[in-house]
Amino acid sequence: MISSFKKALDSGKFIITCEVAPPKGINLEKTAHHIELLKDKVDAMNLTDHQSSVMRYPSLGGALMVKEMGGEPILQMTCRDRNRLALQGDLLFAASRGIHNVLCLTGDSVMLGDHKTAKGVFDLESSQLLAAIRTLEKGKDLGGNDLDGSPAFCAGAIVTPEANPIEPQLIKFEKKIEAGAEFIQTQAVFDLDKFKSFMEYARQFPVKILVGIILLTSAPMARFMNKNIAGVNVPQPLIDEIAQAPKGGAIAKGIKIAGRMIKTIHAENICDGVHIMAIGKEELVPDIMAAADLTS
Amino acid sequence: MIRSITKPKSIEEIERLLDGLNRIFIIGCGTCVTLTHTGGAPEVAAMKEILLESGKLVTGQIVVPVACDNLTSEILNEEMGKIEQADVLLIMTCAFGVQTVSSQLKKMVVPALDTLFIGKETAYGQFNEICTQCGTCIIGETGGICPVTNCHKGLVNGPCGGTNQGKCEIDSNKDCAWTLIYNRLMELGRLDSMRKLQGPRNFLGEPTPGKYEISKS
Ligand code: SF4
Ligand code: SF4
Repeated sequence: MISSFKKALDSGKFIITCEVAPPKGINLEKTAHHIELLKDKVDAMNLTDHQSSVMRYPSLGGALMVKEMGGEPILQMTCRDRNRLALQGDLLFAASRGIHNVLCLTGDSVMLGDHKTAKGVFDLESSQLLAAIRTLEKGKDLGGNDLDGSPAFCAGAIVTPEANPIEPQLIKFEKKIEAGAEFIQTQAVFDLDKFKSFMEYARQFPVKILVGIILLTSAPMARFMNKNIAGVNVPQPLIDEIAQAPKGGAIAKGIKIAGRMIKTIHAENICDGVHIMAIGKEELVPDIMAAADLTS
Repeated sequence: MIRSITKPKSIEEIERLLDGLNRIFIIGCGTCVTLTHTGGAPEVAAMKEILLESGKLVTGQIVVPVACDNLTSEILNEEMGKIEQADVLLIMTCAFGVQTVSSQLKKMVVPALDTLFIGKETAYGQFNEICTQCGTCIIGETGGICPVTNCHKGLVNGPCGGTNQGKCEIDSNKDCAWTLIYNRLMELGRLDSMRKLQGPRNFLGEPTPGKYEISKS
């Protein structure tokens, strides 16, 4: 089964993905609203998996919603909360219900989230989860046993192009590709010159790269990310630009900045697509796309 | 030398554990907890003061040389009179010592410390965890630095995305193990070993509780 996202990746068109966060609780209205709004505008949407180690409705449930509503889900899976039995089982379940795109993540420490005393599992990590997917596809599980019916996936991973130091990160990036990553969604990028030099390096690998673009909503939010999120560097001129927005206009400015960056990346053909993260403001994704002159 | 590294439990927790137990015998240790200032003679004396102030009766106290040693029971025998008068033993040693004493004396014990890790003193007054005894040692491929222990997530294929300026995502005072390993392997000209995709770890080195016998052949 080749997913529509995989077909889009192979088509060579400029790919657009975005993020949808499942709710904290079982009120699915807002999530359903976001899915309805975005499903026909983007090539696929990522369902976050207890993002930042904050317990929420599961990504698998969110991915199923997207599927049932006629959209194309990318199931995010971290290795923080499940051992290899649970991860493989969930992959089988996903495939059986038509979910064929998976983004493999190691996952943040539980200490960063809202259940700080929980046990972090990390039985596998991102590159081993990718390899596990390729093993399941061959009809075997990680214990070497035969499967009765094997799944098929389009598997991806992430990279932080501005990690410091960068060299160990790039070795990991290459291992993820070796393990079977077909696409990469990057951590948020703000400095296009640095990203271009990363892409010069990354182009040599047979993998599609979707640049991560985060919607800046205020200057304090940008400063907070610089301070607290590894590998995210919002340059001072961008912070100044958003700080100078008229009162109540910071978000509009953020949309303009994100749109401008995407437009440049698209026009200069810097990478294969964009992954828009409008953290908590998913309803603004169409506005960002409009600001970038993108239509799907 | 490897050491058992401990930190004091809060007084509130100790008070809760001692609730209803009024006659107390305190045991410290002259080895690791003396080094970490958590259960040597000064700390035992200070604990006695705290207990007396809160209205408890201290039937006696002792700092044994090596609490986890099997000889501890003989040393404690000399204090048997005072120990027998006590409702409970408040033990200011690591949990090896607490369990040694509890198995020898068959008396109610309350640990006064939390045992954090087995580590070593890496600089004066600083203790680091170096090995968590995982049972399947992999440091032959990581330049002799243990990612199972030094990486917060025990990752074996390189850094997670949380590395920040060479530090770990959970604590900017802790080095990211994978920055250390990268630098070491680079120095050694062995980065190839970091490029090798490692399979899932074997967690079955020795199932907990570990047990090992010298084979009689
Ligand atoms: S891999 Fe690390 S934890 Fe395991 S035995 Fe070796 S040094 Fe110890
Ligand atoms: S930052 Fe480094 S040490 Fe910390 S969890 Fe990630 S890879 Fe491990």
